[in-house]
Amino acid sequence: MNSIAENYIRIDGISKSFGDFKALNNVSLTVGLGERVVVCGPSGSGKSTLIRCINGLEKHETGAIRVDGIVLNHKTKSMEQIRSRVGMVFQQFNLFPHLTVLENLTLGPVRSKNMTAQAAKEIAMTYLERVKIPEQAGKYPRQLSGGQQQRVAIARSLCMEPKILLFDEPTSALDPEMITEVLDVMIGLAEGGMTMVCVTHEMGFARRVADKMVFMDRGEIVEMAAPEVFFKTPETDRCKTFLKQILQH
Amino acid sequence: MKRLFALLILTTLLTGCSAEWGWYVVDPSNKTGLINLKFLLSGYYYTLILSFTSIIISVCVGLLVALPGLSENPWLRNCNRVYVEVVRSVPILVLILWVYYGLPPMTGLEINVFWAGVIALALSDSAFQAEIFRAGIQSIDKGQYEASHTISLSYTDTMRFVILPQAIRRILPALGNQLVYMLKMSSLVSVIGMQELTRKANELVVTEYRPLEIYSVLVLEYLVLILVVSACVRWLERRLKTNENI
Repeated sequence: MNSIAENYIRIDGISKSFGDFKALNNVSLTVGLGERVVVCGPSGSGKSTLIRCINGLEKHETGAIRVDGIVLNHKTKSMEQIRSRVGMVFQQFNLFPHLTVLENLTLGPVRSKNMTAQAAKEIAMTYLERVKIPEQAGKYPRQLSGGQQQRVAIARSLCMEPKILLFDEPTSALDPEMITEVLDVMIGLAEGGMTMVCVTHEMGFARRVADKMVFMDRGEIVEMAAPEVFFKTPETDRCKTFLKQILQH
Repeated sequence: MKRLFALLILTTLLTGCSAEWGWYVVDPSNKTGLINLKFLLSGYYYTLILSFTSIIISVCVGLLVALPGLSENPWLRNCNRVYVEVVRSVPILVLILWVYYGLPPMTGLEINVFWAGVIALALSDSAFQAEIFRAGIQSIDKGQYEASHTISLSYTDTMRFVILPQAIRRILPALGNQLVYMLKMSSLVSVIGMQELTRKANELVVTEYRPLEIYSVLVLEYLVLILVVSACVRWLERRLKTNENI
């Protein structure tokens, strides 16, 4: 039960505060290789903070995080090893505006994986085709729609060939008509066996791909269950209220 | 508009005052005048290389000083503050004199006029450059650092490929202003005998006793220089904007 593959990410009782505000309070979670976890909850519940702790963007104060058996301690070596295994897609895309789509994709592989420009370009084109926008390779991010930009951002993460992808509300900054094209790409990834931890309010997507649903509120994991159980018979009132509100529209 | 105004002042100067003009001193149609004019114009050489050498050094030093100022480490941040505050509070003229007369006996180094000027100008300007860089780098969204973190870029690569290219584009107008400022401040190096525009004019005044005409030419020399450089900076800005779409 304790093999690395089953506990690829292993979070043991982490806490984190911003000033007086307790963003995470004794949170534990494991994610196995190939598992798809969807984290939901009201805003300010700590779900973004939780996944940002997994790749070291936020420092957890107590508890421990292990990725592939490596303890995350913010020392250079541990950070390097973890960063190379964990990719991330942001709400605001965070593409590099001064680089073309192709340059956005090849920068990581060339600089941090010492790949040749040619090899990086080939990989980049493969993933651009995967997210269905190879024809945009020469454009600058601001020339693309929000949905296209987010797909480029996904491709950029994929070019680093991570073991896990973290999604931090990837569709929240998008116009409604562009949400589907991004979700389609994410569904494709899930079906391809990618390990994913997604913070999202897209419950249709969650129902379709999630192996495990996590509901957070006030910095704690309140409920954790398989989606069929989670949506049908939520245990706590907080979770019931949340689901009622979010599924209304 | 600026050019018209300058022209207006100049014509008033030339026509409206009662002083007796002696333009022969710089009139290229007679022999002495031509020699004098060439002598004055030859000052461009040192004004230009002095200013450009200084600005290149001050940009590099400024960047090196700016980076610790952005660190999370309070010690590094304090080093940056102290440097900026100390250097900014010394007048350039005083710094020039100190570097030329004070530094050689203190360090045992021989510093010629040119390098004394470069060191003083670059040192003084680097504090301003550091503040400009700091502001420019701070204006870049946090998400750019986070994205770089997730694609495993090192700190150096993040700065080199992601942050600085964007920051420099934003601070280019300010850097252009500093260049113009530097060209003007280089006139102060004349006090230690640097043969640049101002020094040449001063020397000619001493031999020809025609300060009005000679200094008028000097004003014109700086005016032309600054206008040309400003135009180049604006052209560069426009080019970067249209090429790179930020």
